[in-house]
Amino acid sequence: MPRLSVRRFWEIPFLAEAVAILLAFLLGSLVLLVTGYSPLRAFAALFRGAFGSRNAFGQTLTQATPILFASLSFVLAFRAGIFNIGVEGQLLIGALSAALLGNSIKFLPMPLHLPLALLGGGLGGALWALVPALIRVYLGAHEVITTMMMSYVAFYFTSYLVNYPFKVPGWVAQTNPVEPTALLPRILPPTQLSLAFILALFFAVLVFYFLFRTHLGFQVRAVGLSPQVAENRGIPVASRQILAFVLSGFVAGIGGAGEVLGVHEKFVDGFSPGYGWDGIAVSLVGRLHPFGCVFAALLFGMLRAGGMSMARVTKVPLDLSLIIQALVIILISAPRFIRVVILRKKGM
Amino acid sequence: MAFALQTRGLTKSFAGVLANDHIDLDIEEGEVHGILGENGAGKSVLMSTIYGLYRPDSGKILVRGKEVSIASPAQAIHCGIGMVHQNLTLVPHLRVFENIILGHEPRRGFFLSRQEALRRIEELLAETGLQIDPQIPVEDLPIGLRQRVEILKMLYRGASILIFDEPTAVLTPQEVDQLIHYLLNLKKNGKTIIFISHKLKEVFALCDRVTVLRRGKKVGTLSIQEASPEGLAEMMVGRKVLFRLERGQKPGKEVVFSMEGVSTPPERGKALRDIRLAVHRFEIVGIAGVEGNGQTELAETIVGLRRVEKGKIYLNGEDITSLSVKERIRRGVAHVPEDRHRRGTILDFTVMENLLLGFEDQPPVRRGMFTLDVSTLRNLSSSLVREFEIATPDVSTVIRSLSGGNQQKVVLARELSHPVTLLLACQPTRGLDVAATEYLHRKLLELKNQGKAVILISADLDEIRSLSDRVLVLYEGRIIGELSPESDEYQFGLLMGGKTLASA
Repeated sequence: MPRLSVRRFWEIPFLAEAVAILLAFLLGSLVLLVTGYSPLRAFAALFRGAFGSRNAFGQTLTQATPILFASLSFVLAFRAGIFNIGVEGQLLIGALSAALLGNSIKFLPMPLHLPLALLGGGLGGALWALVPALIRVYLGAHEVITTMMMSYVAFYFTSYLVNYPFKVPGWVAQTNPVEPTALLPRILPPTQLSLAFILALFFAVLVFYFLFRTHLGFQVRAVGLSPQVAENRGIPVASRQILAFVLSGFVAGIGGAGEVLGVHEKFVDGFSPGYGWDGIAVSLVGRLHPFGCVFAALLFGMLRAGGMSMARVTKVPLDLSLIIQALVIILISAPRFIRVVILRKKGM
Repeated sequence: MAFALQTRGLTKSFAGVLANDHIDLDIEEGEVHGILGENGAGKSVLMSTIYGLYRPDSGKILVRGKEVSIASPAQAIHCGIGMVHQNLTLVPHLRVFENIILGHEPRRGFFLSRQEALRRIEELLAETGLQIDPQIPVEDLPIGLRQRVEILKMLYRGASILIFDEPTAVLTPQEVDQLIHYLLNLKKNGKTIIFISHKLKEVFALCDRVTVLRRGKKVGTLSIQEASPEGLAEMMVGRKVLFRLERGQKPGKEVVFSMEGVSTPPERGKALRDIRLAVHRFEIVGIAGVEGNGQTELAETIVGLRRVEKGKIYLNGEDITSLSVKERIRRGVAHVPEDRHRRGTILDFTVMENLLLGFEDQPPVRRGMFTLDVSTLRNLSSSLVREFEIATPDVSTVIRSLSGGNQQKVVLARELSHPVTLLLACQPTRGLDVAATEYLHRKLLELKNQGKAVILISADLDEIRSLSDRVLVLYEGRIIGELSPESDEYQFGLLMGGKTLASA
């Protein structure tokens, strides 16, 4: 039966994703050709910039770290049926909380100071998510609107704080540096890669464990798929939604803290190029599964790190790497289309 | 005898599975022909092939003796074949007459001729005796009336052979009676009707001849005079089916569950007024009534989803009026909800996960503070799947892919997997085929004979009367009377229509 074997062929796990990535690069080449660059040279530079050296590799993982945190955050809320569009805001608040705890406390030893600063970041993010969670559950305002607005508030609020009350003297809008006792150790010197990356991987396992191996996670997933059935089976719908929302904010906050304590060592105004927004796309590419997020985040980290280096070496603008990212997202979110490409057959 | 429609050796397979295996069908001109079979017997595939939705692998279709090739519904309509699908295909925002003429609009030059359309529809209405206002938007119509629009749509297009794919599955008993009435009317007007069902009662009320399918094969065709319910059921299922179930044990004296003067506010539905009922050990209490008279609200009140305004609810002597759903589940209130897709199962969860719903925070599956013991869950689920004869490839199969009967068995298995005090079964066999219905009925009686209390809410009066020890009739949110299941149908009819026995 040729038909059966065809069917099995496209059911190979992640084949659709692999094809989407390949197609994205092909379409990207087209864009390069049209704009007068050599795709081969550009992509060679991109891959060298992503994996070619110890430095490049460190850059890839460093770039992947905050995106991974953000995507895990989005997945947690999504599994409860909540669209947390405000990951970026929660990440920024987490980052600022960690910076302030990191630079203002001078007497704690590292085993206490570092966890405190991290936890503070997480709690900051959680608090920022609690507000829209309560508004959603008790006042019925949709979280897509509220979280997005909360993100703007967070962006301008943190920006104000580092431009005025907490600004250090000098040209740059940033806080005082974090005390060494609160810094995340670098794990691949001389690159900026810090323990935050390992922490992110650990959180991927943690989120998986929570969702699929605990009764609370089970309840969260039940609420996300069918609030009616959950209610009928005695699961407290509102409180599980709040729980997932707050945990989502917590993970985003830890992600922000990781950037401050691991990479920048202070809160720099505008340090995030939109990690929170990237995280949403990454979690969709990762099929809304924590482990899928790990791979998707690595892919995006690679495109970011490689793209920056490609821009330096070949004069191909960074935007091209962003185009490929966008193409990957579009193609992966169109599974039907990919299936058609694979099968060359309509409607299967 | 002239045949309106015939098939010869019609065969259709999907991914190597034969859905129709050399089917020879003979539909006489002007008859009502029933197609009977369990879910998965191939009824719908056969009709869809005739209607041009599938291409047959082999075999041919003859309309009035002439071989035709039907590659699309448009060609089927051209041959005079129309089909009313189980899930109606109307545009909700459009008016009745707009839906009827959709795709075949009468024109005057470039424009739609509204008068012409309305005139032809009026003609059709007069001819068929159907009553409906052509100007009402379809979304404002109840499902039974929508079905009439669908029938009119086919007639408007000139169909003379009408296929009905399980038209009664979505209807209330009253609507079923009306539909049967209209179908007989259509027959009188010379139409040929093919009626797909697995409900024997309807088949006997309507059909001249029946063809029975089982597992993709035709078992036989016989006239209704030579058929008996037992015989047809046996042909469908492939073994003897018990219709008369032994009720067994007489009800005990101890009250297990009672509601004393319970009233609820009219939020999201009907208000319940002064509900008084008691269920004893070894007893099934049936709740009869026309749907929409408070059945859903009564069920929600019993399981704890609805706020009680006045009155008390007792379980084993304990006041549970203000206890949460979860606390009632812990005390053994089991619930088979009326809508198994919206309330009973999570379609994207696996069989295993659906079996866990509501018990996820209890040992033995919950270990320690948070952890779920997945291997214990898997083992428990496998034994439930075996015990309740759930046909599923694996406990990790997503429940969406199971048949309705098997989904309902998952619900039942879950509810009976923990100690039961009271079972509340709401429309437990709606949409299920003969074998699954029989299974569920047997289980309910088994439970009663173990000494449990059972409340059976059903719109199917036959089901209520064959299982219950006592029957209460619900009307406008009140219990309007009590009958023995042996009372005649006339008395039930009176009470269900809101007339008390004294006033009648």
